[in-house]
Amino acid sequence: MAKGRVRFYSDRCKACELCIKFCPKGALGLDKKNINALGYHPATVVDPERCTGCGTCALMCPDLVIEVERE
Amino acid sequence: MKVVAKRPESLYYKKFHYCPGCTHGIIHRIIAECIDEMELREKTIGVCPVGCGVLAYEYFNCDMLEAAHGRAPAIATGIKRMLQDNFVFTYQGDGDLASIGMAEIVHASARGENITVIFINNTIYGMTGGQMAPTTLIGQVTTTSPYGRRPELTGYPIRMAELLATNEGSAYICRTSVHNPAHVLKTKKAIKKAIQTQMEKKGFSMVEILSTCPTNWGMNPIEALERVEREMIPYFPLGEFKVKE
Ligand SMILES: Cc1ncc(C[n+]2csc(CCOP(=O)(O)OP(=O)(O)O)c2C)c(N)n1
Ligand code: SF4
Ligand code: SF4
Ligand code: SF4
Ligand SMILES: [Mg+2]
Repeated sequence: MAKGRVRFYSDRCKACELCIKFCPKGALGLDKKNINALGYHPATVVDPERCTGCGTCALMCPDLVIEVERE
Repeated sequence: MKVVAKRPESLYYKKFHYCPGCTHGIIHRIIAECIDEMELREKTIGVCPVGCGVLAYEYFNCDMLEAAHGRAPAIATGIKRMLQDNFVFTYQGDGDLASIGMAEIVHASARGENITVIFINNTIYGMTGGQMAPTTLIGQVTTTSPYGRRPELTGYPIRMAELLATNEGSAYICRTSVHNPAHVLKTKKAIKKAIQTQMEKKGFSMVEILSTCPTNWGMNPIEALERVEREMIPYFPLGEFKVKE
């Protein structure tokens, strides 16, 4: 079981990729199958098992897209 | 599971108008987190600039006013002198603060006004399409320095933190950056210290924050963060320049 859980408010995401770049576990990526109302492929969790709930992604997100929970 | 990161109460749900990856958004969030954590939301009054931060009053869930270009420290002076128990801050860009608003900021600091200034230095006039600012680095290409800023013609970039630190009225002056997670956390600490300085009525406080403008720098958001570290920090060193005990 993953120690952390991230939730994306994808309607706010602008695909800047800062969360992806700074996630120390490489758990995030852009969801190329979806386009949000702002016109971007939103960021999403590609490997949920890796998430430790460290919160770094939310710390670097400029648009308050991400909520993080940890065990 | 416990929540470790979520939207602070001091920001509304409203989406920011900032460009993708612009660090204005990170700075808004950490200011709001500081206000929440210090339980000041009901006592906070913010003053917005002219610049990309002009709509900040749409985002902060506290009392906010809009000042004429560069005049936020003058407005904040009036508010704070009347409402001395409130927490009063300005949010200003480098064009706003170091160019048209130079007189207001220098004298607010010299008078030791008990206000807190959050100064967003992105070395450019972002909102108006990327013109040269007083903080634009030597050699930096902008729409009004298309061959790069040349000191023979336009002089040298101003270091506001160092300049204001020489004023006796300044109680806390520092410069931080938000180009990586460790520095975002350091910036948050500095903002708290500035707020504390005001709440203890020690005088003028300013946190200068090195910020990005990916759009007008012509870079993607990650390259822009790298530019902060590679080009801005060597000219605008990080640290505390004045701490009045
Ligand atoms: C009196 C006046 N002069 C000029 C302008 C045009 N103007 C709008 S924003 C701006 C500069 C903004 O740059 P900065 O303060 O660095 O903020 P940024 O957008 O980079 O965050 C200028 C010159 C104005 N609105 N009012
Ligand atoms: S909480 Fe940490 S590990 Fe989990 S996705 Fe965010 S940055 Fe990666
Ligand atoms: S940092 Fe935020 S806005 Fe940028 S891609 Fe990640 S979730 Fe989207
Ligand atoms: S123009 Fe520059 S400072 Fe303004 S929102 Fe866009 S990236 Fe940010
Ligand atoms: Mg600017």
